[in-house]
Amino acid sequence: MERLHKSFGPLEVLKGVNLTAHQGDVVAIIGGSGSGKSTMLRCINFLETPTSGRIIIGGQEVALRPDGQPANRKQIENLRQSLGMVFQQFNLWSHKTVLENLIEVPTQVLKIPKDQAITRARALLDRVGLADKENTYPAFMSGGQQQRAAIARALAINPRAMLFDEPTSALDPELVGEVLGVIRDLATEGRTMILVTHEMKFAREVASHVIYLHNGVIEEEGPPDQLFAAPKSERLQQFLATVG
Amino acid sequence: MWEALITAFPTLSLLAWSPPGWGANLMRGLANSIQIALGAYAVGLIIGTAGAFGKLHGGPVTRDLLAVYTTVVRAVPELVLILILYFAVTDLVNQAMVAFGYARIQISGVAAGIAVLGVVQGAYATEVIRGAILAVPAGQLEAARAMGMPPMRTAWRITLPLMLSNAIPGLANLWLIATKDTALLAIVGFAELTLQTRQAASSTKAFLTFFLAAGALYLLITLVSTLIFAIIERWARRGQRPST
Repeated sequence: MERLHKSFGPLEVLKGVNLTAHQGDVVAIIGGSGSGKSTMLRCINFLETPTSGRIIIGGQEVALRPDGQPANRKQIENLRQSLGMVFQQFNLWSHKTVLENLIEVPTQVLKIPKDQAITRARALLDRVGLADKENTYPAFMSGGQQQRAAIARALAINPRAMLFDEPTSALDPELVGEVLGVIRDLATEGRTMILVTHEMKFAREVASHVIYLHNGVIEEEGPPDQLFAAPKSERLQQFLATVG
Repeated sequence: MWEALITAFPTLSLLAWSPPGWGANLMRGLANSIQIALGAYAVGLIIGTAGAFGKLHGGPVTRDLLAVYTTVVRAVPELVLILILYFAVTDLVNQAMVAFGYARIQISGVAAGIAVLGVVQGAYATEVIRGAILAVPAGQLEAARAMGMPPMRTAWRITLPLMLSNAIPGLANLWLIATKDTALLAIVGFAELTLQTRQAASSTKAFLTFFLAAGALYLLITLVSTLIFAIIERWARRGQRPST
């Protein structure tokens, strides 16, 4: 994304941010609350429409109308089908079992045959350690299990990249580890990921590139070791001191 | 025991199936009432679903028209609406038919009853369903959007099933109102349960017997309906934890 601006009414949340992720990159976006990091992530799949700026994915620029709205709904839908999004609040569909959650978009939208979708879904559930939960409804699982199921659901559409919006912020502390474990495995296998997080140690460990966002501008960015060990800007030094 | 009852209350024999009993007439009336209620309810659900989505996502003109519809229909007494729609609309249709050189038509009582009560039901159902849709967790709809599910498919696969559990109590009320509103059609001479009862009662002067019998039949409809709605509600609430 280039020179991206986003305003909500008079409030400018993003003031010209750039982000580039190559195949296999793990980009971590960090920053205080209200810094615009979630908004920045949500602009990538147009859950928020940028006020101005350009977004290019897979070499293809997303066409925007002068008012900033996507010009072509189909293009946005195709784009979204190639990006797996994981939310802070899991957002699993509560009227569907875990398995039904995983095969919903593959069968209904991507038109993959049901038996293939089920085979793939079972393999994914096995990977995130939920093989025995396929017939459980989300409300009957712990937050950690729900988030792992949500990651599996995002993977089920076979995305080019994964977007994580504070995936562990709604979890009890003892459940954070199991979710981070799954994300770490994805990073190790070379998946492209963009991750908004408050888990600094984790960001330092898995990210290939870290962006520190403050008041809608990128205050500092670089490889994690440089950013965390030798922060240049005063704000980032303060931020790292407070979050420890 | 039946004979003892007949001896004590001789008018009970008037409920017998064949003449001089009026049982068959009452049952015909009951069947007509149920037929109209079912038809009107189905029409009402279709109007209500379309109306709710129209009010929530429609353009300004759609929203204004729907606001006029729900306000007017809910403001005017059902009895007046029935008289307007049955007499005035039939008259208009026939004037138009004659003007275009066609023969006058006779609108069947069943069709007119279903149309009139369906329009009334639709206005109330619009509001019940609109409220139920607003109570659907926004995150679950966003999850569908984020995975590129087209709007119509999201409405059908996610929004409608999720709103159903919120809507069932209100929709069950509407069904019971539909069954009882059929009695209003007696005024236009439609042979539903209440009119059949009145004819039987005035022919035999056994008012108490026949109106109590009719009351019992309406009660029976309610009891059976309550049972059926309980089953539907349990199904609609699958995946939800029982509230304690």
